[in-house]
Amino acid sequence: MSNTDSQGPIWEVFIQSKPGLAHKHVGNLHAADKEMALQNARDLYTRRQEGTCIWVVPFEAIVSSTPEDDEAFFEPSNDKAYRTPIHYVMPEGAKHI
Amino acid sequence: MEDIKKLEEFQAKIDAEIKIEPKDWMPEDYRKHLQRQISQHAHSEIIGMQPEGNWLLRAPSLRAKVVLLAKIQDEAGHGLYLYSAAETLGKSRTEYLNELKTGKAKYSSIFNYPTLTWADMGAVGWLVDGAAIVNQVSLQRTSYGPYARGMVKICKEESFHQRQGYEIIADMAKGTPEQKEMAQDALNRFWWPSIMMFGPHDSDSPNTGNAVKWKIKRATNDQLRQSFIDKTVHQAEIIGLTIPDPDLKWNEERGSYDFGEMDWDEFWSVVKGGGPCSKQRLKHYNDAHNNGEWVREAAKAYTDKQTSKQNVA
Amino acid sequence: MTKNEALVKYCLRLGDSSLILGQRMAEWCSNGPVLEEDIAMSNIGLDLFGQSRTMLTYAGEIEGKDRTENDFAFKRLEREFFNNLMSERPNGHFGDTVVRNLFLSAHTYHLYKKLSSSSDNTIAAFAAKSLKEVTYHLRHSAEWVVRLGDGTKESHSKTQQSVNDLWEYTADLFAMNEVDELLIKENIAIDLNEIKPLWDNTINEVLERATLTRPEDSFMQKGSLNGMHSEALGHLLTEMQFLPRAYPDAKW
Repeated sequence: MSNTDSQGPIWEVFIQSKPGLAHKHVGNLHAADKEMALQNARDLYTRRQEGTCIWVVPFEAIVSSTPEDDEAFFEPSNDKAYRTPIHYVMPEGAKHI
Repeated sequence: MEDIKKLEEFQAKIDAEIKIEPKDWMPEDYRKHLQRQISQHAHSEIIGMQPEGNWLLRAPSLRAKVVLLAKIQDEAGHGLYLYSAAETLGKSRTEYLNELKTGKAKYSSIFNYPTLTWADMGAVGWLVDGAAIVNQVSLQRTSYGPYARGMVKICKEESFHQRQGYEIIADMAKGTPEQKEMAQDALNRFWWPSIMMFGPHDSDSPNTGNAVKWKIKRATNDQLRQSFIDKTVHQAEIIGLTIPDPDLKWNEERGSYDFGEMDWDEFWSVVKGGGPCSKQRLKHYNDAHNNGEWVREAAKAYTDKQTSKQNVA
Repeated sequence: MTKNEALVKYCLRLGDSSLILGQRMAEWCSNGPVLEEDIAMSNIGLDLFGQSRTMLTYAGEIEGKDRTENDFAFKRLEREFFNNLMSERPNGHFGDTVVRNLFLSAHTYHLYKKLSSSSDNTIAAFAAKSLKEVTYHLRHSAEWVVRLGDGTKESHSKTQQSVNDLWEYTADLFAMNEVDELLIKENIAIDLNEIKPLWDNTINEVLERATLTRPEDSFMQKGSLNGMHSEALGHLLTEMQFLPRAYPDAKW
């Protein structure tokens, strides 16, 4: 995708909806620079009190895994259910554990 | 050979309701269909700002003014969400906008009709947004991930749009005789174009086949249109307005309304650029875009200067 | 003039300035240089209309003649509006708009900061809430003035022209009369002579970053305190007030 186009480069936007919560990806926008990107993110993505903090990240700075990576990346954890609590059988009647 | 295997895998994912994501393999026709559909949808949001913007400065109360401004602003935002989704298909916003500017890309024909009185703000919100919402609710389940997610967000935000329009027209329908007349006139002018928003009959719709198989479309034009009409008739009745269709009649057997035939000559004429405001809407968009050229250039020049200053330092 | 009469006038000044500038911002709808800016301008407009509604409603309460926000907005004539002259300046091009908005938001920013401790609770609450909004308006307009001023040759010269053209409307922002005198004594209003140096600092800073030159003071427009406006206001009102005037018996 061309970043020299007239709309300016793409910025990915992450919003924290409450202090304490993680920043969540909400979408992207075009802006000439980081200050404008931040302002535009505020105007576009927090019209309904969605946010307490905004991150904008240049699109090129994001490296994404690809479907070809799936097997190597994500399947090794398939047989490791011992990382989840439901793997363990609790004695009958045990509570709050 | 590999493509056939890939195509089978692709169809299997679609059938299993697994969303297609930007980096997944997809048939070229799927990509093209989505590029066209999502960008048209985005263009419709952007051009759709104009007919309502036409009354923004003349809104009759401060409340009506802020509601309308917030609604039009949402439309700009929704256009942006949709361009974002369309850009994940490997084409830039500038390319899509160029197609709009040059008239190569289409947008919803409804916006090529004029908004002549304040009652049209009611009719547009009630009928045009109402029809759009029926379509968009169905598209929340579309097979392409970014489009589906965009639709979920848009549907949530647009939930007030139809209500604000219905409120305007309902208030006018119980107002002075002049207001009631304006309300009925707006319904008369917007009814047929609104139900034509769902597109041609399924039997005449060239793009439906693959779009349904690939679950881009989750319901057909005729199904969506019927669902909109069934919802809307009662809304007209309780505010004392008459839908301008003498053939409109409840069909007990089908559990739906029968309705008259649409004027398809008019429909195709407007689609092909022969609507009352077709030239005006496109010119307005182009003028705004061209007037902003020096601003966009300045912003870029400023950024370039700052970057080169940083590189020196 | 009683304290209440003065307070009504004061509220109308604040409310009218927000209303008229809000209407100007709404004119940008579907006309912005990029879609992102369309949305920003709408946000600013929505803030301003909100501010205006608070002040016009309060003016009605103090006046005690059952006038609503809509009566004030749609049923007054040109000479009965008290918005500052800057707010009614036509949008012109994007540079004209952001320079006008810079001059205005720097003014309201410093004014509302001080008014937040007004002895009138409604005014103080209004100012505290509005301050948050105009802080953003100031940031938005200042950042754009900087980009246009220090952008291309064309944008620099266009924006310098905007600054030069709008400069003669800046003095009107600081004009005072017996309304101010009375309300300053009551600790309700702020002496605008206190605001002026703060405004000067902000403007000088932004213009310097923008590589723009501050014009010399020469001829200055005045008159908003007495409802003396430019020709532009009448056209704005004609459009804005059309429906309530054409259908006086209608409710909307």
